[in-house]
Amino acid sequence: MIVSAKGIHKHFGHLHVLKGVDLEVAERELVFVIGPSGSGKSTLLRCLNRLEQPSAGSVTVDGIDMLAPATDINHARQRIGMVFQSFNLYPHMTALGNVALALRKVAGKSRAEADALGLAALERVGLADRATHRPLELSGGQQQRVAIARAIALEPRVMLFDEPTSALDPELVGSVLAVMRSLRESGMTMIVVSHEMAFARNAADRVVFMDDGLILEQGPPAAIFENPAHERTRAFIGQIQRH
Amino acid sequence: MSSWDRFTDTFFNAKVMAKYWPDILYGVGVTVELAVLIVVSGLLAGLALALIRALAIRPLNWLIIFIVDLFRSLPPLVIIVLIYFGLPAADISPSGFVSTWLSLALVLMAFAEEIFWAGITSIPKGQWEAARSTGLGFGQTLTNVILPQALRLTIPPLTNRTIAITKGTALGTVVAVSEILGMASSAMSNSYNPSPLMMGAAAYLVLFLPVVVAGRWIEKKFAWKR
Ligand SMILES: Nc1ncnc2c1ncn2[C@@H]1O[C@H](COP(=O)(O)OP(=O)(O)OP(=O)(O)O)[C@@H](O)[C@H]1O
Ligand SMILES: [Mg+2]
Repeated sequence: MIVSAKGIHKHFGHLHVLKGVDLEVAERELVFVIGPSGSGKSTLLRCLNRLEQPSAGSVTVDGIDMLAPATDINHARQRIGMVFQSFNLYPHMTALGNVALALRKVAGKSRAEADALGLAALERVGLADRATHRPLELSGGQQQRVAIARAIALEPRVMLFDEPTSALDPELVGSVLAVMRSLRESGMTMIVVSHEMAFARNAADRVVFMDDGLILEQGPPAAIFENPAHERTRAFIGQIQRH
Repeated sequence: MSSWDRFTDTFFNAKVMAKYWPDILYGVGVTVELAVLIVVSGLLAGLALALIRALAIRPLNWLIIFIVDLFRSLPPLVIIVLIYFGLPAADISPSGFVSTWLSLALVLMAFAEEIFWAGITSIPKGQWEAARSTGLGFGQTLTNVILPQALRLTIPPLTNRTIAITKGTALGTVVAVSEILGMASSAMSNSYNPSPLMMGAAAYLVLFLPVVVAGRWIEKKFAWKR
């Protein structure tokens, strides 16, 4: 298992947001996480790269104990790419600058090496010709692809996506999903929080349904979507399919 | 004598001006020196405090907030007088120049810290998270991602505040600093004529007008739509 999270709890003050989540992800697997708003999907993803410190439990990624005090967290995070709903590109840098920053500062590449690798990453998301553009000069879909390039440039072993298409106009969603699909075809392990059912149906290996801080059920997309075991899963799927 | 002649003879008296312009020029030198020292040390100290505050160490932050609020609420003149007349009680006797420098630098530090801090906190949390998720450390994120954006936002308010506080160098007269106003007013009482004050005013214009205009230009250049 390349990702192994066991017994994850997370409290925010009095709020008990994750109530003992176990999630194992195999190499090259694409796991889709769905669930109602506030069920803890984002918090779970953020516990995996320790953007959020779990209150209890263990997280291992690519053999590294993410929660051990001795772990060099900045080094470990290079292996876990993350893509956010709001892109979070650095507005004062060009697309290439965004992608090359961590290559230089974290991976220790020279500027020339970092630029070459950054350009290659932009090439993979189809945006090499936008390398010198600032984020504000790019469409939302292009910005999100730059954000993906920024993450994959570090050659992570796992990619986390937190609602990568939710902030996009409908006509721009396809370009981002296409990049995610090609990433999957290249063998990337991916954990995706999203409500893009069609994408889940034909790209996901497994769908995980979260409710109220727990994984309620999981299984192949067809099983979860057509034949959920729990009433709450059924209600949730019915609800998003009506949209 | 026409009233116009009387006016020029009083306020722009050629003889008095010829006699005292070297004094005024000396004052200009002192004012510039004082201003540069205040701006450099005040801004650096303000930035340093804001960066320490970003580390989010509770007791340290309370101390910073206390210091900053203190120096923002006291009138600069009071601080100058307290340092000049008060510190000797602790066996430190700073000169008028040093007292003025210290006081105004502390005031600028306090205002600059608040401005830098407001700039840092106005950067969305997502910027921190994106940078940290790629493995950048706290300091690397601060210097490469947060500060370049934050400083841009701080330039207009910082320019205004810096100009306002630098003009406070005139308060140095109270503790016998030979800056422009001090030189002008002693020349005025020696010559029984206000012309030196006019020269002083002209000197302030020559010094500060370009800075004010430059400030306006910088504000335009860095005004930033997001
Ligand atoms: N930093 C925080 N401080 C306090 N509460 C938080 C914090 N982050 C999340 N929460 C709370 O934790 C709960 C779960 O949030 P989370 O963002 O993980 O849900 P989600 O499943 O991703 O929802 P959505 O679909 O709306 O994104 C929510 O009630 C949220 O308000
Ligand atoms: Mg979420």
